[in-house]
Amino acid sequence: MQPDKAVGSNRAWEAIVAITFLVFGAIVVWDSHRLGSSWGDDGPQAGYFPFYIGVFILVASTINLVQAFRSGAKGREAFVEWGQLKMILTVMVPSVVYVAAIDNPWYSLGFYSTSVVFIAFYMRLLGKYGWIKTILVSVGTIVAFFVMFEIWFSVPLPKGPLEAAFGYA
Amino acid sequence: MHELELLMGGFHTALSWFNLALMLAGITLGVIIGVLPGLGGANGVAILLPLTFSMAQRPGGTTSAIILLSCIYWGALFGGAITSILFNIPGEPWSVATTFDGYPLGQKGRAGAALTAAFTSSFVGALVAVLLITFLSPVIAGFALEFGPPEFFSVYLLTFCAFVGMSKGSPWKTIAAMMLGFALAAVGIDTVTGQLRMTFGISVLLKGFDFLIAVIGLFGIGEILLTLEEGLEFKGTAAKLNMRVVLETWKELPRYWKTSIRSCIVGCMMGIVPGGATPASFMSYGLAKKMSRDGAKFGTGVVEGVVAPETAAHAAGTSALLPMLTLGVPGSPTAAVLLGGLLIWGLQPGPLLFTEKPDFVWGLIASMYLGNIVGLIVVLTCVPLFAAILRIPFSIIMPVIVVICAIGAYTVHNSMFDVWLMLVFGVMGYVFKKLDYPLAPLVLALVLGDRAEDSFRQSMLMSQGELSIFYANKLVGTITTLSLLLLFSPLISMAWDAIRGRRARSSE
Repeated sequence: MQPDKAVGSNRAWEAIVAITFLVFGAIVVWDSHRLGSSWGDDGPQAGYFPFYIGVFILVASTINLVQAFRSGAKGREAFVEWGQLKMILTVMVPSVVYVAAIDNPWYSLGFYSTSVVFIAFYMRLLGKYGWIKTILVSVGTIVAFFVMFEIWFSVPLPKGPLEAAFGYA
Repeated sequence: MHELELLMGGFHTALSWFNLALMLAGITLGVIIGVLPGLGGANGVAILLPLTFSMAQRPGGTTSAIILLSCIYWGALFGGAITSILFNIPGEPWSVATTFDGYPLGQKGRAGAALTAAFTSSFVGALVAVLLITFLSPVIAGFALEFGPPEFFSVYLLTFCAFVGMSKGSPWKTIAAMMLGFALAAVGIDTVTGQLRMTFGISVLLKGFDFLIAVIGLFGIGEILLTLEEGLEFKGTAAKLNMRVVLETWKELPRYWKTSIRSCIVGCMMGIVPGGATPASFMSYGLAKKMSRDGAKFGTGVVEGVVAPETAAHAAGTSALLPMLTLGVPGSPTAAVLLGGLLIWGLQPGPLLFTEKPDFVWGLIASMYLGNIVGLIVVLTCVPLFAAILRIPFSIIMPVIVVICAIGAYTVHNSMFDVWLMLVFGVMGYVFKKLDYPLAPLVLALVLGDRAEDSFRQSMLMSQGELSIFYANKLVGTITTLSLLLLFSPLISMAWDAIRGRRARSSE
């Protein structure tokens, strides 16, 4: 793909968001109706308040959807360019991998060890730092966090095999 | 002068060495948070909130905890000005108006003057707002003691109508975002009937959505993604601030006393009404431009153009705590996070707080005076240090901020599911920001959703389902009318412009 190619217009994304809102609003209305959205024996039922919230969502997002298609020049502008999206993905994809490494049903690593790798990864990839600087900064930052959270404020974070090797489990 | 006595008691609490150290730490952390991209007042306080859990359990600890958190807030308010003036990046939405004249001043080599003017006028704005809180909040709290469910619901209504009425963008997007917040707040166990709402058999949804996670994701991760679009480099003016520049600027500042007073009034009024800090800074800048003798020079780099928005933003940011303390209705997302902190520590914000926990309330108010003095000294002396933070390469800062956000999200409930949610909210925040869906009403609705629903249900029970209860007496009727006026104010002002436009044309 070309580096400055647009990924969807503003109008397309406006429509996508408005439709997502519509679906969400429909779920709210449907679930509130299931719970009972009227007056029970002892007062308003559980779905009484959310039902109207859902109705408001439906009304507002219908208008937003209509306005998305009536937007002129701004609607045709690019929502995000491919080069920008690539930058965003270089943050989102590793972040998802990072969280998945700490929290998965198979083999979970600790917060601290994964964070060291996470910071080091960006320093190597985007910053093009040497190994020594990378390790000093990433390990130093996480040790500082460890002291602050685990020791000073006694807020425990999830730990894995590597942290256990240091005697913290 | 009963208030003064209570305030002295508050100073007694706040002036311990431990609390002063916390103030210094809070302000410093706050400025750093305000300077860093992706971290701001709201999510900075949200991330650091879990740190206070163990502190708040000690006797008298809640006062220390709120001092730490509120000082982070003041620090973030100060920090926003640094990035606006030196880097043309508004650290907070309410510093946008500061860039108009602050950045050109920096380009002209007068960054020092701009910074001094910004910090000093912030301080003045905050001070006036704290004075207002000192004398007005006991009155409002006393008044609110008589409030029943309909009155409280009408105050919530006022809050949310104010968002719709004062939003710059499409009111329908504001409504959609706000209602999304209410709907997310309803997920989980219904407190009245005990039924499960919108959980669809998924057990992690039982406890519902915590707004702290939403704040960290929407404002933290979302902001990082937006910053990434702009590229990785920050180009800024060098920060030099010595005593001579400070004193020279201080000599110049009294000339703008009219602008200052006007901005204080605008700021305090807009701050008490929710969602006010950002519109207050713009409004105050606009007014100053219109009414100043140098109005035509605004935008090219005049000190007065920095004084106006900064005074108003700080006055509004501070007075946003007034409705939070007295009514339990926060005026800004950061005030909402502070309110969340109070609830977690086991304090019930609202009028009873003043009678039941006077130590806490007056300790907090006294710490506002002290915190702003400490803040002014810290920022005036340490600007180069804080500006240096922005020179740390993005490839280091960005992953560190993601790690901080993840830690913050995890520690709220010790749950990894929340960290996943944070990522989802991050993408949502990015898309919403790009399409002009406002985030503040979403967050506030998420915070107040349950309380608004409870007061609505109780009102409905009292009246057996008649909406006329919101016009049952003068008080509730006035608030409801005000809300509706605010809600329809975009329509009213459009009609007004149309009438005036027609008259102007016919008189030509």
